[in-house]
Amino acid sequence: MSYIGHSFAESEAMLAEIGVASFADLVAQIPAKFRLQGFLDVPPALAESELRRLFARAAAADYDPVALPSFLGGGLYDHVVPAAIDALVSRAEFATAYTPYQPEVAQGTLAAIYEFQTMICELTGMDVANASMYEGASAAAEALLLAQAANRAPRVLVAGGVSPRIRGVVATHLDGTGARLEVLPEADGRLTPEALAAALAGAEPASALLVQQPNFYGLLEPLDALAARLPREGAGRPHLVVSADPLSLGLLAPPGRFGADTVVGDLQPLGIPAQLGGPTGGYFATRTEWIRRLPGRLVAEARDAGGRRGYTLTLQTREQHIRREKATSNICTNSGLLALRATIYLALVGARGLAEAAHQCLARAHYARARLTTLAGVRARHAGPFFREFVVALPQPAETLVAEIHARHGILAGIPLSRFDPARKDELLVAVTEKRTREEIDALAAAFGAALKTRRPA
Amino acid sequence: MQVPDDLRYTKDHEWVRREGDEFVAGITDYAQQQLSDIVYVELPAPGTPLTSGEPFGSVEAVKAVADLFAPLSGKVTAVNDALTGDPAAVNRAPYAEGWMIRGRAGDWTELDRLLTPEKYRALLAEVGGGAH
Amino acid sequence: MNEREQGMTADRQAREGGAVAGAAACNLQGSVELIFERSVPGLHGYRFAALDIPEVAAEEVLPAALRREAPPLLPEVSEPEVARHYTALSTLNHHVEKSLYPLGSCTMKYNPKVNEELARDPRLAGLHPDAPESALQGILGLLWEFQRALATIVGMDAVSLHPAAGAQGEFLGMKLFRAYHRSRGNDKRTILIPDSAHGTNPASVVLSGFTPREVRSGPDGRIDPAALASAIDERTAGIMITNPNTLGLFEKNIEEIAARIHAVDGLVYMDGANLNALMGLALPGAMGVDAVHMNLHKTFSTPHGGGGPGAGPVGVKAALEPFLPVPVVTRDERGFHLDCERPRSIGRLHPYAGNIGVILRAHAYIRSLGPDGLAEVSRAALINANYLMRKVDSAFPVAKRETCMHEFVSSASWTREFGVRNVDVAKRLLDYGFHAPTVSFPLIVPDALMIEPTETETRGSLDRFAAALQAIAAEVRENPERVRSAPGCTRVGRLDEAEAARRLRVRWRPAGTGDADDRERG
Repeated sequence: MSYIGHSFAESEAMLAEIGVASFADLVAQIPAKFRLQGFLDVPPALAESELRRLFARAAAADYDPVALPSFLGGGLYDHVVPAAIDALVSRAEFATAYTPYQPEVAQGTLAAIYEFQTMICELTGMDVANASMYEGASAAAEALLLAQAANRAPRVLVAGGVSPRIRGVVATHLDGTGARLEVLPEADGRLTPEALAAALAGAEPASALLVQQPNFYGLLEPLDALAARLPREGAGRPHLVVSADPLSLGLLAPPGRFGADTVVGDLQPLGIPAQLGGPTGGYFATRTEWIRRLPGRLVAEARDAGGRRGYTLTLQTREQHIRREKATSNICTNSGLLALRATIYLALVGARGLAEAAHQCLARAHYARARLTTLAGVRARHAGPFFREFVVALPQPAETLVAEIHARHGILAGIPLSRFDPARKDELLVAVTEKRTREEIDALAAAFGAALKTRRPA
Repeated sequence: MQVPDDLRYTKDHEWVRREGDEFVAGITDYAQQQLSDIVYVELPAPGTPLTSGEPFGSVEAVKAVADLFAPLSGKVTAVNDALTGDPAAVNRAPYAEGWMIRGRAGDWTELDRLLTPEKYRALLAEVGGGAH
Repeated sequence: MNEREQGMTADRQAREGGAVAGAAACNLQGSVELIFERSVPGLHGYRFAALDIPEVAAEEVLPAALRREAPPLLPEVSEPEVARHYTALSTLNHHVEKSLYPLGSCTMKYNPKVNEELARDPRLAGLHPDAPESALQGILGLLWEFQRALATIVGMDAVSLHPAAGAQGEFLGMKLFRAYHRSRGNDKRTILIPDSAHGTNPASVVLSGFTPREVRSGPDGRIDPAALASAIDERTAGIMITNPNTLGLFEKNIEEIAARIHAVDGLVYMDGANLNALMGLALPGAMGVDAVHMNLHKTFSTPHGGGGPGAGPVGVKAALEPFLPVPVVTRDERGFHLDCERPRSIGRLHPYAGNIGVILRAHAYIRSLGPDGLAEVSRAALINANYLMRKVDSAFPVAKRETCMHEFVSSASWTREFGVRNVDVAKRLLDYGFHAPTVSFPLIVPDALMIEPTETETRGSLDRFAAALQAIAAEVRENPERVRSAPGCTRVGRLDEAEAARRLRVRWRPAGTGDADDRERG
């Protein structure tokens, strides 16, 4: 395949116009010792039909995500992706456009980001949201870096219910900054106000508390009670950073209500397919007082000389291309097209649809847990309120059961927690979205029933 | 290019004027021209100590941000709060409405080490004549 | 030239002339509308399937304090309105399929359609990484092949797919350097960076815990060896270079530079943003580079998306491989794996394994080009850049008069005499139907215009762009006000960015709430 713009004959003519004898003159500035001898040792070119075959074969060697019901969650969910989203974001005007540095010819991108920023503020109850982050985990890391820059305390408190993936990414970003992560103990899967108070009672001040809502186990953390234990006044007070699932915010209270300093999260549930983990998109929302510490890009309303309203990138002086070593962050590319997907999703479903989707996740997860816990030896692992996801404790190792249910019944039953903690080999994280029908949930229960009856040699 | 004769200047394009026990400081006409439209001025709280030559705040334009360097050591006694709502005052009147901080000096001899108006004009001639 | 070719050339010239004349007669349109302004109470678009399980009352299972009281303010619109609105917005954008986007170091090449189709296939796009590994062998195989291809293209030993962007690749590189030095008990503090570097370079260094130290470029725009020698000391952890550099010139002394850094057990990081100039021609791995990131959304044709997503995988030499973030895609006799058993890894950088959707597009690109195609890319990119440089030089003098690689830097300093700046020239280009080049970067060239045409531009496209710049140069002399007041043919005119930064209106509010001047004025 070739997308080259000029023919070989043209290229010869162009070389003549350039004033060199041959192409070799253009590469003369590369010392000969660095020049590749021959061609790159990559496989020969495939025609489009061959390429399609290659990818089809790869797809055939994977499970079929269209056909198999999936109860996998843990940060990526099988939610609906309305058809209109792909149709609109596939437009070359959106997909192939660059970062909107020349606003007059990028009003499409900029207006859509402005809408996105507005919607995120509305979902989270915060004053300002940026144009998106890479994904939710690095967004959480950036929120903690913002807190560090604001109060310079080394201790960063992290609720035990924060996803191990988020904790891992946060640790990588905070390593070398002088910050110390302290994971707070969980009681029945959640952070209690007493545990928080005990952590805050130490002599060393804390920079921030990171809480995930719903947390990794699908449980709802008592944000109201936790926020009440955090000092809200004083220059060096710890920041409340909430990592909130955006779809759940159709039903759950906006973290801004609890006085959050920063709210972050991953946009994947809002019309973005899982794509084996990425690209998704992150959001970052904060208070007006931190607006100049915001990482990433920000779009503001602007007027031209004739009073016409448009949109433009603003506060670019915080960004790396101007502040360089004093930048608040190094973010350049972010997740523009994914934020656009989320924006169109929210426009399509509206507040009513978002509440509906969230409600169905709530109801279906409760139904599923009730069905599963009727099976002998299967019990709910936690007692607290939950949304879309829950952990069951099984009488046999979850990894084996999951493999059997996949092989025999063609269902992806959930994520064994042993993947994150070898001591939890009997526990399974089950996610139930609005896409899981009654029939699928009943089939899951039946599959567990059958698998549990199978005796395994010790 | 305005370079008032009753002021002293730093090589970082700040000006300072002595008023009895206190001093007033800001950025020069040249600096505001270089920055162009100023959108935000970050100033310290009253009471903040100042060290001559060290940054005490910043001034932000659309495409640039510059640190503000203390012309004298001492302590901030007041800042120009009007700049919060009207940062463009620095562009309009850098030596008057656009003043930034008032302070109490720790060592007035530092003032003598700053550039006189003639020396500052000479500095401007040098940088103005350059390519950038 | 035969008759047919002559006719086509005349045709092209007429179109060029038309483009220039057309720029004179157009006007600004109106304000840009938001989706909220199409809202009609009671409308909504998407319908979910009905609840087929027993109803659950939220009040019964969720504590009141954690339930939402008031709905978020989202638009109430039908699907047709959503389609109209976003279609209308899209038409306000410049994009690669409209015309040339000569942004330096952005490599705005054509984004192939087949790659989109393949990556969007629901059978691949719907895959969850926590599914049993045995059920992911196909996609993991593609990723493993891709890693190998990238390693080959840059001459490295191993690749991490984690970074979501070039800047994150730089961050990863710096983290790997820290891990390396820690493992060797080295006390290293600084990373050297040339003054011509892109701003993400020093920012990434600081974020990783090192201190950046600037190194001056010499009169030829390349790293000055004397300046380098005096900047290196025992605390030097490494250097971050861009090659070709941001002036589009090959760092000829790179081997010597690398040797000096290695002599203090430092490491060499290469910002691979300009890889489009080197593919199939030269290998960073052969130049003494220890780690290099590649921008899939630049060199490897994945779409920019109006600001992302991208991907910035990093190729490393064997010494850095143990520290790569987890999971790493590996292969053994049992098949392909997402390997997390790596005791010396720096940990997680991406929550999963990287921007796989972007990677699939890039993989399709590499597979569809093959060795010949990849070599053709850099050949054509160099020819297009040098050709355009010759045609632009008389209008806007090129900063360094020698053959360039895939991009070049012109200066618009001469326009100051007429009260015009490089940004005005950039805005006037918009009226001619082109996107502007990168403006005011690199910092070492006054009033810079950094231009990279890429290999997918036709000769005619380059001729038209050069003609537009020539026309604008003439306008600067004869009618500077027209250039200063540009653009005049876009949806909105030049926006007052200073006022936008002062007011900081960063979200929409319904009329009657928030700011007083919600009203449309244009």
